[in-house]
Amino acid sequence: MKAVIIGTVTIAAAAALGLYTWSVSQETAAIPCGDTAVATSAIGGPFELVSETGETVTDADVITKPTLVYFGYTFCPDVCPLDSARNAQAAYMLQDEGYDVGTIFISIDPARDTPEVVRDYTDNFHEDMFGLTGSPEQVDVASKAYRTYYRKQEGDDEYYLVDHSTQTYLMMPDTGFATFFKRAHTPEEIAETTACFIDARS
Amino acid sequence: MKLNTLVTTALLTLTAPAAWAESIITVMKPTAFETAATAMAGGGFMHITNDGDTDDTLLGVKADFPRVELHTTEFTDGIAKMMHVDAIPVPAGGMVALEPGGYHVMFMGLRGDPLEIGETIPATLIFEHAGEIEISFEVVERTMRHKH
Repeated sequence: MKAVIIGTVTIAAAAALGLYTWSVSQETAAIPCGDTAVATSAIGGPFELVSETGETVTDADVITKPTLVYFGYTFCPDVCPLDSARNAQAAYMLQDEGYDVGTIFISIDPARDTPEVVRDYTDNFHEDMFGLTGSPEQVDVASKAYRTYYRKQEGDDEYYLVDHSTQTYLMMPDTGFATFFKRAHTPEEIAETTACFIDARS
Repeated sequence: MKLNTLVTTALLTLTAPAAWAESIITVMKPTAFETAATAMAGGGFMHITNDGDTDDTLLGVKADFPRVELHTTEFTDGIAKMMHVDAIPVPAGGMVALEPGGYHVMFMGLRGDPLEIGETIPATLIFEHAGEIEISFEVVERTMRHKH
């Protein structure tokens, strides 16, 4: 009887050790997607913003599937529209391949970017692109969670410009941050890397 | 002798203007991107060549908006900084491109009237040497342009 118990416990312990080792190796196995090496998952976090429909939403509400997140502002005639169009283009490409990916635009200029303005702006690029704004405090929380940079320039009350970082973040609904893309990445590259991450999870 | 002098003088007078240093400005493809209905600002782009032998400078743009300025975008570590510039140099024999990601004209204060495809925006470019040049921006659809 003792032998059976000892035997069973030993087998159980060995199995547990095996399971543990396997799970650790799964976590630390580098997912070879994209060309950006990211070692940290400290990007992303809870936020509460006002959606383009005027409702207050949280990150969990808006990131329900793989999503490309971009911070910008609508007064910017050049950088933000190009990046938003590129993100929309990547989403369309992924859609063609059967991947359902969301796109989000978070304004770092809430003073001028009202829900109506961001709704109108995002509709320009993709019917599902979701615009978010909020109070200066809410936007700041979101920006800090994603470690983005933005700074309003001195200038006219109506026509000021805002410096801002231009990365696009790929966020997964349950595991959070996957990787980020720079301005220079093409929609094809974004689509490919995103598909790779989605495939790696299934 | 007198006739020769006369002819020579006449010839010199006629050819003298051509000998003056000048800038010869050509503006190509002035375009602006369409904007969202509630957009407050729009961007204008173009290529400017100077086929003359004198450097010139674009000092400003006039158009029918509350404010029209020359801007540029600088990138440092992924951070985009857009800023007002007072002058854009157009060197002799050179070309300067106002294009997405770099120099551009900012049309500020669209006053609820967005830029729509097919629309044209009359404007005046003001050059230091070439003076005022009338152009017309064509509003086009936003297309992807890769800048690396």
